[in-house]
Amino acid sequence: MNLTIREALLAFRRAPLLSALSVTTIAFSLFVVGLFGLVAVNLQNALRSVAERVEIVAYLLPGTPIESITLAEKDIEAFPEVHSAVYVSEDSALARARAELVEFRDVLQELERNPLPASIEVKLKPQYRDAEHVRDVAERLGGFGFVDDVRFGRDWVEKLDRLRQIAAAVGLVVGAAFAVVAIIIIGTTIRMAVLQRGREIAIMRLVGATNGFIRRPFLLQGAIKGMLGGLVAVGLSYGAYTLINRWLIQAAFFSNLQALAIVGFGALIGLFGSAASVGRHLRRV
Amino acid sequence: MIKFTNVFKAFPKGGLALKDVSFHIAKGEFVFLTGHSGAGKSTVLKLVYAEEPVTSGEVRVSGFSVAELRPRDVPMLRRRLGIVFQDFRLLEDRPAEENVAFALEVTGARRSSIPARVMRVLTQVGLAAKAQAYPRELSGGEQQRVAIARALVNEPSVLLADEPTGNLDERATRGVFQLLRDINASGTAVVMATHDLDLVRQAPYRVIELQEGALVYDSAVDEPRDQTATP
Repeated sequence: MNLTIREALLAFRRAPLLSALSVTTIAFSLFVVGLFGLVAVNLQNALRSVAERVEIVAYLLPGTPIESITLAEKDIEAFPEVHSAVYVSEDSALARARAELVEFRDVLQELERNPLPASIEVKLKPQYRDAEHVRDVAERLGGFGFVDDVRFGRDWVEKLDRLRQIAAAVGLVVGAAFAVVAIIIIGTTIRMAVLQRGREIAIMRLVGATNGFIRRPFLLQGAIKGMLGGLVAVGLSYGAYTLINRWLIQAAFFSNLQALAIVGFGALIGLFGSAASVGRHLRRV
Repeated sequence: MIKFTNVFKAFPKGGLALKDVSFHIAKGEFVFLTGHSGAGKSTVLKLVYAEEPVTSGEVRVSGFSVAELRPRDVPMLRRRLGIVFQDFRLLEDRPAEENVAFALEVTGARRSSIPARVMRVLTQVGLAAKAQAYPRELSGGEQQRVAIARALVNEPSVLLADEPTGNLDERATRGVFQLLRDINASGTAVVMATHDLDLVRQAPYRVIELQEGALVYDSAVDEPRDQTATP
């Protein structure tokens, strides 16, 4: 086996407790990131399904000629943000109300005049389903002369969006704080390993080992610890996810790519922690 | 091979360790570096293997100008040198053969060539039978032989030995000294710092003597002197 890899792995046998400590701290910091990540992922999913239902409804003045409406429909569908625009006549609005509002069926049956206005229901393309674009399109719809009123679920969209941003931000901040702790702990374990092996490092130098050669096993060791921490964190997150799924709500887990990113991030934390420490301490032995 | 020209070495807190030292050691030579403790013997060796920077003057070692050496080139210089110390500096957690192999591994030698090269030098120092012994299982003389094997395994052109017999009893000292002579006989230059005058008298080798950082006697340049005088 390659000397670098062998030396890096030997660290786990030389200092099993310290190694376990670094792996655990990385695991926990990434677990926290993972939990908030799961919240963000699930909110994102929820938001997407809500957003799909978000539509803008333009109620039309009674007596608007059908020709104007068909023309307007074409115009609206030509908006870059718009996915579809569908005309709903007074009659079909009433029919839908009868079907959906079962409790009021009797009332609706006995009506002499249809009180419901005709409308155009507009759906936006997925990438434009945020509060800003919705408001923008709504304003443009209001500009048509025969449009009486425009309704859209502005508050809903804005609130969900805010919630998702908060979850992501909290996850990032708390995760970053834990990552810093993990980096410090990795740095400390590497520092102890360097000092503990000062004699050996001095001998390596004497027989002509390059600094890169001396540094490499420490870096690899940090990266391996980080990677293990990342794996444990994904495992813990999966455990939490399974519990939530069974007892609380139907939730989604990370995609393979997201899980891989967590492990990769762990490796980066480990690599960074050891790199920051090893250079500084190698100069002293 | 090794050439000092008007070399000064000052330590930040220790004052002048070397004062205007000049000498030239040729390929294949055996040289004793003598003088009292603190005379500057170790400092001379440290300048040769670039452990300490030169304050002024020029130090040339097998083609390298040590004063102008970039830090990244220091390992390349050291691969051409073999270095042995009074305290052996072996790794206690691995057997003799791995202590020797270590020097090859860190310099990136081809892995398949390592076992044969290790056995060859261990045979050369007379320790082939104890290749698997750990340092604590070996006598002082044997440990120094392992250290010498480690120094030789990269086939250096110069072997630097800083008081190699300082920790050894008389018999072990004779053995190690004979080994160094054999190594020199096969073409490797040997620079041995020692204050053991008996050893110095035993052999007809060149003597360079330091006193408080100054070169006071070089048998290659100065008149031979009374062997009983205190160097």
